[in-house]
Amino acid sequence: MSGSAVLLQFLNGLAGASSLFLVAAGLSLIFGVSRIVNFAHGSLYMLGMYLAVSLSGTLGFWLSVPLAAALVAAAGLVIETTLLRRIYKAPELLQLLATFALVLIIRDAALWAWGPEDRLGPRAPGLAGAVAIAGRQFPQYDLLLICLGPAVFIALYLLLSRTRWGTRVRAASQDREMAAALGVNERRLFTAVFALGALLAGFGGASAIPREPASLQIDLAVMSDAFVVVVVGGLGSIPGAFLAALLIGEVKAFCIGLGYSELTLAIEFIVMAVVLVFRPWGLLGRPLAETRGPGTLQPPLPAPSFLLLGGLAVLLAIVPVFAGPYTIVLLTDILVFALFAASLHLLMGPGGMPSFGHAAYFGLGAYTAGLLLLRAHLPMELSLALAPLAAALGALVFGWFCVQLSGVYLAMLTLAFAQIAWSVAFQWDRLTGGSNGLIGVWPAPWLSSKQAYYYLTLVLCLGAVALLWRLIDSPFGYALRAGRDSPLRAAAIGIDVRAQQWAAFGIAGLFAGVAGALYAFSKGSISPETLSVPRSVDGLVMVLLGGVQTLSGPLWGAALFTWLEDSLSRGVEYWRAAIGAVILVLVIAFPRGIFK
Amino acid sequence: MLEARRLSAGYGAARVLFDVELAVGRGEVVALLGRNGAGKSTTLKALMGLIRPFSGEVHFDGRRVDAWEPYEVARAGLGYVPEDRRIFTDLTVAENLEVGRQPPREATPAWSPEKLFELFPALRTLQGRRAAHLSGGEQQMLCIARTLAGNPKAILLDEPSEGLAPILVEQVGKAILELKRAGVCVLLSEQNLSFARRVADRSYMLEQGRMRQAYAD
Amino acid sequence: MSALEVRGLSKAYGGVQAVRDVSFSVDAGEVVALIGPNGAGKTTCFNLLNGQLRPDSGEIALAGRSVVGLRPHQVWRLGVGRTFQVTATFSSMTVRENVQVALLSHHRKLFSLGKPAGRFQVEEADALLARVGMQQQAARPCAVLAYGDLKRVELAVALANRPRLLLMDEPTAGMASDERQALMQLAAALARSERIAVLFTEHDMEVVFNFASRIIVLHGGEVIAAGAPDEVRANPRVREVYLGNA
Repeated sequence: MSGSAVLLQFLNGLAGASSLFLVAAGLSLIFGVSRIVNFAHGSLYMLGMYLAVSLSGTLGFWLSVPLAAALVAAAGLVIETTLLRRIYKAPELLQLLATFALVLIIRDAALWAWGPEDRLGPRAPGLAGAVAIAGRQFPQYDLLLICLGPAVFIALYLLLSRTRWGTRVRAASQDREMAAALGVNERRLFTAVFALGALLAGFGGASAIPREPASLQIDLAVMSDAFVVVVVGGLGSIPGAFLAALLIGEVKAFCIGLGYSELTLAIEFIVMAVVLVFRPWGLLGRPLAETRGPGTLQPPLPAPSFLLLGGLAVLLAIVPVFAGPYTIVLLTDILVFALFAASLHLLMGPGGMPSFGHAAYFGLGAYTAGLLLLRAHLPMELSLALAPLAAALGALVFGWFCVQLSGVYLAMLTLAFAQIAWSVAFQWDRLTGGSNGLIGVWPAPWLSSKQAYYYLTLVLCLGAVALLWRLIDSPFGYALRAGRDSPLRAAAIGIDVRAQQWAAFGIAGLFAGVAGALYAFSKGSISPETLSVPRSVDGLVMVLLGGVQTLSGPLWGAALFTWLEDSLSRGVEYWRAAIGAVILVLVIAFPRGIFK
Repeated sequence: MLEARRLSAGYGAARVLFDVELAVGRGEVVALLGRNGAGKSTTLKALMGLIRPFSGEVHFDGRRVDAWEPYEVARAGLGYVPEDRRIFTDLTVAENLEVGRQPPREATPAWSPEKLFELFPALRTLQGRRAAHLSGGEQQMLCIARTLAGNPKAILLDEPSEGLAPILVEQVGKAILELKRAGVCVLLSEQNLSFARRVADRSYMLEQGRMRQAYAD
Repeated sequence: MSALEVRGLSKAYGGVQAVRDVSFSVDAGEVVALIGPNGAGKTTCFNLLNGQLRPDSGEIALAGRSVVGLRPHQVWRLGVGRTFQVTATFSSMTVRENVQVALLSHHRKLFSLGKPAGRFQVEEADALLARVGMQQQAARPCAVLAYGDLKRVELAVALANRPRLLLMDEPTAGMASDERQALMQLAAALARSERIAVLFTEHDMEVVFNFASRIIVLHGGEVIAAGAPDEVRANPRVREVYLGNA
């Protein structure tokens, strides 16, 4: 790579960093004050893009950008006052769930308003050309973007450190109740901060339209970019976000410049994993103080009811006698996801570790089963038996890093690992079949009927759930819970909390692998979606719907969610939005899970 | 000035206070005694609006405030100093005072920064320091000063002597008497009887969420 | 040989010398108080002793064996029990289960997938609870206990390991006066009967002077006085920085 090429890639990186910073700064600001990780932040960015594209048709580019940003801020205002305000006191994970429901709703709203095709925006009038830099052409507009990031950073910095409003925002970020007791109207403050964050996201989106087209997939892509930036920089730290945006922007640009463009999907997550291992709270972050609020006492976990499980098994065993093939396939899916959710529950419930990337182990199980069958030509039964071990191994490798962290940081690291696993599956064409995945992953002849496979799934899944329940009740399970209830006390009575958590990761991965392998053979094919972020979120939704404080909750949650998705996706055009709406209603009506 | 009538409150479904009655008059220093778990902190929080009472009334400065948001109660002139201080450790000393600042009120002592530093001389030289780097005693001073910056008519002090070295307890006691002289009325919760006796005009005794007795000192 | 021997302990963090060249020892059966103004380094000292922090320099020996560099769970295995300033118990478990987890740890069964933890050594757990007067409440969830009772549970949990050394960080904070005396009487009695060395921090001078056989005074991270209660009470430097004229 020549010197001028390096310079150009460097400038490219700076331009990318500016957009990243705008989104990440808003996300960080909102998190700092409300302690809500806003999954929908990428959706606000997407909304900004679409609005700017539409408005620029009549108003022209330069007017459309600020107007689109203002409209997104207004949308943020509505979201905060109608939804978030109701759930500030709900558990952290339910808040995440609610914002994820917003992602689904906003995406379908965009689909309805702008259609499925990508929408290309106009060039910026006056800055449509290119300038020669070191003998190469560089877009003029990108030079403007390069300046935009630092300008917004300085403005935000001054706002937060030099104004009375900023002082109050910082005070409320630390202790909102105390701020209120000193006369600060925290509600209005929260609304304003959320609107400001939305404004920045909308602005980021709108100002990006000369560079890339608006598309429906951009929401999750931008969301995960912004997450990475915020986590690498340190949650709640604006200077940290700025630094991290530069780092990630440059790393990405040079990956493309050096011809490793496939690597860009995973590289930011690799950077994040490395940073978090060495600086567990990000570059400029500090350990999160417990947010002030009602106590974080953990309610007791009820004893496992094996009677219930046995009854369920008997009931499910007689279903095929009168049910049609369609029901049997649906029940097979439900059983698989019930096990998937139950394995995630081990981490989230007794383990107290919110995993946002549990699909990685599900997918590892599925892919290993498929590869052993198709590439190593092992018998199906042996493939099914070995696949969970690969998933467990993967979980142990990822888990070793994850258990060094806790809370939101742990969640983000699990997400990062899942994203890495996904991009490997997506890009390693020769082995995994790339985006097409693997086909022809069928069970052995004696299991080829839907009924036979259903019984296999029934036995394996309910058996595995029984083992998981037994484990939660065992000394190991108690020691794990002890580490969650009070890490300080646990260490003070000789419990190596990390070792306990690490083992839990391996076990959860093993059972998720069982579910994944069963899933692969039931469908006959595997696609990278098996280990994608939405699949991980599905698992979270199931566990949280059922209630993380119960043992059987994840099973009911999985059943409800799988059934809902199945029936909505057949009958309703905008079924994602419908699922989102259902989740929102449930979260607001049952802030502690439905089956409580 | 401040009055609770048949006040009941608690957390979630758990009831902690049962029909508590108390009143603090202008210029008075009143102590709320009782052991841990008796409901002292809960009483102060309910008065401040930090928890919503189940039933009963809170009157402050001639107005009924039990349905108000905490910030509205604070703006009406009731200050609150929590048990565990809760200063904003990310902010400097001056910024902490800034968060608490409210416009002066009629017929109420106004606390300019100058007056605050007279009351707590140790804070004067620490204005630019991040509050996280203050000692425990300095944090306690800052916490009271921050509340005073709102020019309150009355303040609630939750266990001001708890966890402080004996020498600092003396200083806090002096500050409270200083407030009384300035005309701020004070309701403080205490377990330390000798401290309460030294600073308070009269006391209430809470036992398992019920008012047991009220006695003059 | 002392149960606990500390030599030249130093620790700095955040640009502050939190503990500087601190030396002292505690014998088996002895109850020693560590006092000083807030920020004097008492809690740092405790965190160094049980492995939560690693000293910059200095030596910590338990019955002659160095524990520097060990993590808290390893220090516990050498016989160090601890109670916290703000009680730390397992709130999702009952009182008995809290003790059972400690017993499981003592018997190295933390990774056992065998029979349910709730059935492990029930009698032993109840016997420990009886010693702190909590056997009636064994089946209650920890989340609903009164503060003073939680402190007792912490004590029972600490005893599950037959400790040589018991570290109690402000054991009576947040308790009423009669509860304070009762809890410390219990701790002192245990120290005598089990030959446990007890080191505690405390702000209540009544408790300190009633129960400590020796007192160590920290100020600015350094030991400024140490000795019998009366000597310490009379020390002018201690009066100046800590006791005042009370």
